[in-house]
Amino acid sequence: MDADLADRLLRIALDKGGDYADLFFEYSVNGSYVYDEQILKSVRRAVSMGLGVRVMKGDATGYAYCEDFSFEAMSRAAQTAAQIAAGGRPIHPIEVSARKGPERYPVAVESLDVDGEAKKAILERADRAARAADPRIVRVDASFAESSRKILIANSLGHMARDRQPMIRFGIRVIAEDGGNRQSGSSGGGGRMGLEYFDEKTPEWHAEQAVQQALVMLDAREAPAGEMDVVLAPGDSGILLHEAVGHGLEADFNRKKTSNYSDRVGEQVASVLCTVVDDASLRGSRGSINVDDEGQLPTRSVLIEHGILRGYMQDRHSADFFGTTPDGHGRRQSFRSHPMPRMTNTMLLGGEDAPEDIIRSVSRGVYAKRFGGGQVDISNGDFVFSLTEGYLIEDGKITAPLKGVNLIGNGPEAMRKVVMLGHDFEVSDGIWTCGKEGQSVPVGVGCPTIKIASMTVGGTQVASG
Amino acid sequence: MSGREEEADALVELGRSVVERAIDAGADVAEAGAHSGSHLSVKVRMREPELVEQAGSRALGLRVMVGQRVAATYTSDLSETGLRTLIEDAMELARLSEVDEFAGPPDPSALSQPSEWEDLDTFDEGISRISAEEALERALIGERAAFDFDPRITNSEGASFTRARGMSALVTSGGFAGSDIGTYASIVVNPVADDEGGKKRSGYHWSAARHYADLEDSQSVGEEAARRTIAQLGAKKLPTQELPVIFDKDAARSILGLFAGCILGSSIWRKSSYLVDRAGTRVASDLVEIVDDPLLRSAPGSRAFDGEGLLSRRNVVVEGGMLKTYLLDTYSARKLGSESTASASRSPSGGISPASSNLVLKAGSQSRDELIADTPHGLYVTSMMGFGFNGVTGDFSRGASGFLIRNGALDHPVSEVTISLNLDQLLQRIDGVADDLDHRTAIASPTFRVSSMTLAGS
Repeated sequence: MDADLADRLLRIALDKGGDYADLFFEYSVNGSYVYDEQILKSVRRAVSMGLGVRVMKGDATGYAYCEDFSFEAMSRAAQTAAQIAAGGRPIHPIEVSARKGPERYPVAVESLDVDGEAKKAILERADRAARAADPRIVRVDASFAESSRKILIANSLGHMARDRQPMIRFGIRVIAEDGGNRQSGSSGGGGRMGLEYFDEKTPEWHAEQAVQQALVMLDAREAPAGEMDVVLAPGDSGILLHEAVGHGLEADFNRKKTSNYSDRVGEQVASVLCTVVDDASLRGSRGSINVDDEGQLPTRSVLIEHGILRGYMQDRHSADFFGTTPDGHGRRQSFRSHPMPRMTNTMLLGGEDAPEDIIRSVSRGVYAKRFGGGQVDISNGDFVFSLTEGYLIEDGKITAPLKGVNLIGNGPEAMRKVVMLGHDFEVSDGIWTCGKEGQSVPVGVGCPTIKIASMTVGGTQVASG
Repeated sequence: MSGREEEADALVELGRSVVERAIDAGADVAEAGAHSGSHLSVKVRMREPELVEQAGSRALGLRVMVGQRVAATYTSDLSETGLRTLIEDAMELARLSEVDEFAGPPDPSALSQPSEWEDLDTFDEGISRISAEEALERALIGERAAFDFDPRITNSEGASFTRARGMSALVTSGGFAGSDIGTYASIVVNPVADDEGGKKRSGYHWSAARHYADLEDSQSVGEEAARRTIAQLGAKKLPTQELPVIFDKDAARSILGLFAGCILGSSIWRKSSYLVDRAGTRVASDLVEIVDDPLLRSAPGSRAFDGEGLLSRRNVVVEGGMLKTYLLDTYSARKLGSESTASASRSPSGGISPASSNLVLKAGSQSRDELIADTPHGLYVTSMMGFGFNGVTGDFSRGASGFLIRNGALDHPVSEVTISLNLDQLLQRIDGVADDLDHRTAIASPTFRVSSMTLAGS
């Protein structure tokens, strides 16, 4: 792809009178390895490539894509997208010139370029460690996924940017059995890096985490139901921020005024302890990007500062509406989808409390250690998220593990009830994927130990009396 | 010959040539799944067009075996270079994978023949002719109907209309070659209303059908969406308690979907289902009949043959509350010492696993209203949130919203509560099944009632 070709296609895209057009070229390769029943059982590779063409006219978007890079197919896609502005006068795009982004994931050797035997060995090590850990472990499967996504974006304002986005993700799942009781445990991680990831977080370490979780859950008891104090462990609990706050601050919902945070910039929307940022620049993190899928260079956006709402996450469309500049949140799953405002790495920054003091302050509550996922209703901020590992807190001590717990609440209400923050801020290991309107993108989350005074815990045990 | 047949023949030919080349390259078994499709998707918001998206695509997935070493590759690059890479990669990956003694294609004698395939009426030629203008008009009518229905509808997440057409072909070195075609049209309207305390309530309603003529008209979809949105205004929490819960058919379908994941052979041999070792035992109340039926006419999950080329058949999964069978593909059947139930699903990227087709919980005889009238106090659930389900143990806990049932009638709306009960117990506590089943979705259930669950609220 060169600037010349981009110019020709953009000219076709704006031929019917569109205000703006962009081209999104993508070539991605995905690999996956599944190690199961002590053999490398499934190995897959997928190649996906294409061009997405977007034309905007006022608030309307025309979108089309093609899967081969012949000029004929590409110009047909540009003509199709151009139809949104049918009847208008052709506009001439500005000649494109490249701009250079930062380098947030310098990977010496991409995982896809490494011999498959090396990945097989990693999975074998995880499997062996988990099986050796305890006789109650009856099943182990470990998986490794790798991808490399090359993108090039050119738009009618004359900008062109490119990026190469590597990713790896490792996961292990075990099942422990004791008598008739069966429980699972899992662990995983990764990010925009190569196999050097395993130098720090070894396959054996992940195996140990998964085994411990499954064994602990063998002793789990029914969870309480009702309102009580909740303490969230550092790292993965950032998924709460992502659900409870992050989605509501994506600018498309605020442009449409369908978010419960609409028209509230400058207002107190969380306790003064809370500062929330979305930061695309974390080195090697799963949510990091050098350029977004609209060719913008993202940085660190402060969303909430000491409880005050400072701003939304913008893509081009919403930035035009709000009269601001796009700040690098325009993301898309692939060339088959149009971009929209999305999160990168969303984090609640650390506070000053010692984590042990936070636990000690709770007389009866739940300690949420690991999460399976969450969901939010943007319009009113109600959210739910489910724990895969949680414990009872009794008289300031973490005690019994709990079965299937859900936490339910309302974003702004929960954020106002943040009463303590630990000084132990952590970024989650790279496992999270965010879904919105059918599009998935990799994201990161992070937070310290958090105490929320009173949340609804959805267990099965109704307190008596 | 029609364009449709030519297109099918071209896809089969593409599959056949890739299979032959893979065999020439040293594969003992090769299976190619080729896909082509096109769609038009439009969205309007606040009475204006917001998005018109249109595209066609083609892709190919290949699965090979070298001995009993398995690998799969996929590409959307159907150029000669793309296909060569697809085959070379598959062979390279197969040499890397290890011998799996259960791997292998189905016995050739089990493969279905074209003469046996039923016409399941999943294709409507007319759908592909719907223009962007017509699609926008249908979406606009739907959204306008929602605004006109009630002045409290003040905003909108928009209304969308989509039409899609998909064709797939499967060719295997075992001797199977077949193709399948389907169409689909859908409309969804998503209005927003202002509620107390600065909260908003967003609701939706949708219709989808394989035939354009079967699609609900836009006006009534919009009105129903508005009705559902307005009904949620003033939603409150309830105190924590045990109570009977009625799941409306959307919520009930989502419960059935959890069960669907636990009856798959792959979940059973992996021991990741609470239904391991439960075949022949009671898994639901005697009111519950569950059938997986790929042969339903014009339903979303209908297919004449499965992902391995076996003839589709109706499988009774639960009868009188007793678990009759798991859903098996060839591999999981071998793992469990059983026969395939012709439930194989082949993903576009080449992998095979068992899956449900149209999984249906059979309708009862009561009406939905009778079931509510028969409940003095309870919760009527219309939607659920979150991922609170552990298939290994059956533990279930999700966020729920809907209505309080008081004196046999729907009372105020409820939100921000969770409902919990192990799925095994939940299904065994079903004490009422309504008659309002429809086949809008592949997993389909009528409204049903569970005698008691834990609600966590204030």
